[in-house]
Amino acid sequence: MFDSLTDRLSGIFTQLRGKGRLSEADIDATAREIRLALLEADVALPVVKEFIRNIKERARGAEVSQALNPAQQVIKIVHEELVATLGGEERRLNFAKQPPTVIMLAGLQGAGKTTLAGKLGRWLRQQNHTPLLVAADLQRPNAVNQLQIVGERAGVEVYAPEPGNGVGDPVQVAKDSIEHAKRVQRDVVIIDTAGRLGIDAEMMAQAAAIRDVTDPDEVLFVIDAMIGQDAVATAEAFRDGVGISGVVLSKLDGDARGGAALSVRQVTGQPIMFASTGEKLEDFDVFYPERMASRILGM
Amino acid sequence: LSSDKLDADTWEEIEDSLLTADVGIEATTQIVEHLRERTKVLGTRSAGELRSMLADELVDALGADMDRSLATTPHPERPAVTLVVGVNGSGKTTTCGKIARVLVADGRSVLLGAADTFRAAAVDQLATWGERVGAETVRAPEGRDPAAVAYDAVQRGIETKVDTVLIDTAGRLQNKVGLMDELGKVKRVVEKHGPVDETLLVLDATTGQNGLAQAQVFTEVVNVTGVVLTKLDGTAKGGIVIAVQRKLGIPVKLVGLGEGPDDMAPFDPRQFVDALLGEPAGTS
Ligand SMILES: Nc1nc2c(ncn2[C@@H]2O[C@H](COP(=O)(O)OP(=O)(O)OP(=O)(O)O)[C@@H](O)[C@H]2O)c(=O)[nH]1
Ligand SMILES: Nc1nc2c(ncn2[C@@H]2O[C@H](COP(=O)(O)OP(=O)(O)OP(=O)(O)O)[C@@H](O)[C@H]2O)c(=O)[nH]1
Ligand SMILES: [K+]
Ligand SMILES: [Mg+2]
Ligand SMILES: [Mg+2]
Repeated sequence: MFDSLTDRLSGIFTQLRGKGRLSEADIDATAREIRLALLEADVALPVVKEFIRNIKERARGAEVSQALNPAQQVIKIVHEELVATLGGEERRLNFAKQPPTVIMLAGLQGAGKTTLAGKLGRWLRQQNHTPLLVAADLQRPNAVNQLQIVGERAGVEVYAPEPGNGVGDPVQVAKDSIEHAKRVQRDVVIIDTAGRLGIDAEMMAQAAAIRDVTDPDEVLFVIDAMIGQDAVATAEAFRDGVGISGVVLSKLDGDARGGAALSVRQVTGQPIMFASTGEKLEDFDVFYPERMASRILGM
Repeated sequence: LSSDKLDADTWEEIEDSLLTADVGIEATTQIVEHLRERTKVLGTRSAGELRSMLADELVDALGADMDRSLATTPHPERPAVTLVVGVNGSGKTTTCGKIARVLVADGRSVLLGAADTFRAAAVDQLATWGERVGAETVRAPEGRDPAAVAYDAVQRGIETKVDTVLIDTAGRLQNKVGLMDELGKVKRVVEKHGPVDETLLVLDATTGQNGLAQAQVFTEVVNVTGVVLTKLDGTAKGGIVIAVQRKLGIPVKLVGLGEGPDDMAPFDPRQFVDALLGEPAGTS
């Protein structure tokens, strides 16, 4: 089994703690270990390279050589860089001045979009919003039924005018859902879309069309915390194909290192807003970059 | 004299190509080390030669001559049973549908057992696949004990004399002890009818290093006999299966190449490696 990033970094820092100051060789050794740990944590290689460059530069600087405890200082730097990459601070959902607020969900197949729709619906309802879930995945077998069940559990209305399983136009459904929401006075519209690959031009065009007809206040990109190096290509494809305003990291209840969080944050420039942490609707929280960085470092 | 022509950049490129394909740092380091030794011995000079040596190395690492056929041939008194397992959303239900499709097209009779009684509409999803490909689906109400449903499915398969029973199970993350115990029970209960013939772990090609932990834990619990690598139609390379093959000796048997019923193919190591490494360098 791989050591976790935390173990790995603590391991290095324990070694460093025994020394007085950092030599160039110390810095290289530290950088190598951090690189290994980040790769084992599934941080994408280009992101690792840039991260290491920053760390090395700062480790050579005055702040380290003049520190009473250089090792402590390196830990601080790594932590700071992680927090900076992960976003620095939390952001709240953008709500429309003129309701309904429109939230579109997008991501790869099986990432956790439909489940998230239910979670968001439940969470917003608890805050006295009146959300509406929209069944705009008319492709995956029984995606519509799945959303209906999820909506029922969340106590949230589901707009599902088409049966799905290949029948119905998702763009039209998305468009009509806004009118429907106004009619029945729902203040947040959450659009569940089909899973799609970044390189599927036709499906990405469909996502862009859904975006164009609904003018969403948020396009949330849902990504599985288990994803590896492909996080970069996928995030780029969704960023360029649909546009992303925020990220949701799913399946964080697993034991994946979740290094993709760093990659996606870096590539999209958009905040990770929520953490999905289980199959049940209440397994959901806002995302705290501070906590994630501290968790990575075992602090 | 020997590998001087292969400069540091060439080696870094090789390492990077493996790392960005999710082969993982441990397997990558070992493969590159081995390659370095061989290039020294052989006096390899060109990057092109090096690439083809690397490709051979990877094909070897994938267990080039392993048996990748599925054990779906029925026994004299009962059907062959395949259990499909994996983490959430990896493609298990879709894979059940696709395998059923291949078998039915081959003139075999197939029965689907809907033992995912947990996820919303999972049973309906499998039943839709059953209708699509011409297979009966044994289903039970949501919340029913999955082991009981799986048992009933095989029972029904014996009674109706089908050739193969495919059992779809709920997605579960391998660190959830309770859910893994439940899966172990599904298998034990099904095996009251006789041994399960094939246990397929469905692994999403986008998965990073966690894929190895998935394979490790699932195989401890239900003795995985083959991997189905799904979503290989995307940009992900699926390199984690190299680590899975090296560490656990579990062969990839099938690849998923899309969401449609025919989007599945037998795993071909050479083709997989070529896709992983991209176009051969220096061919333009
Ligand atoms: N453990 C865990 N499972 C999750 C989480 N989020 C979703 N899932 C599960 O992951 C699987 C896929 O979730 P869905 O919500 O159907 O994913 P999707 O993105 O809508 O999938 P497609 O519509 O097929 O693209 C289901 O089994 C969910 O129960 C999570 O945070 N943790
Ligand atoms: N592009 C692509 N999508 C796939 C492939 N296999 C499955 N999918 C899609 O991935 C999503 C999840 O597939 P499912 O078969 O529902 O996965 P599962 O493992 O049964 O999911 P749970 O039961 O929720 O754990 C669906 O949208 C499928 O259409 C594949 O090979 N390529
Ligand atoms: K691919
Ligand atoms: Mg969905
Ligand atoms: Mg399923």
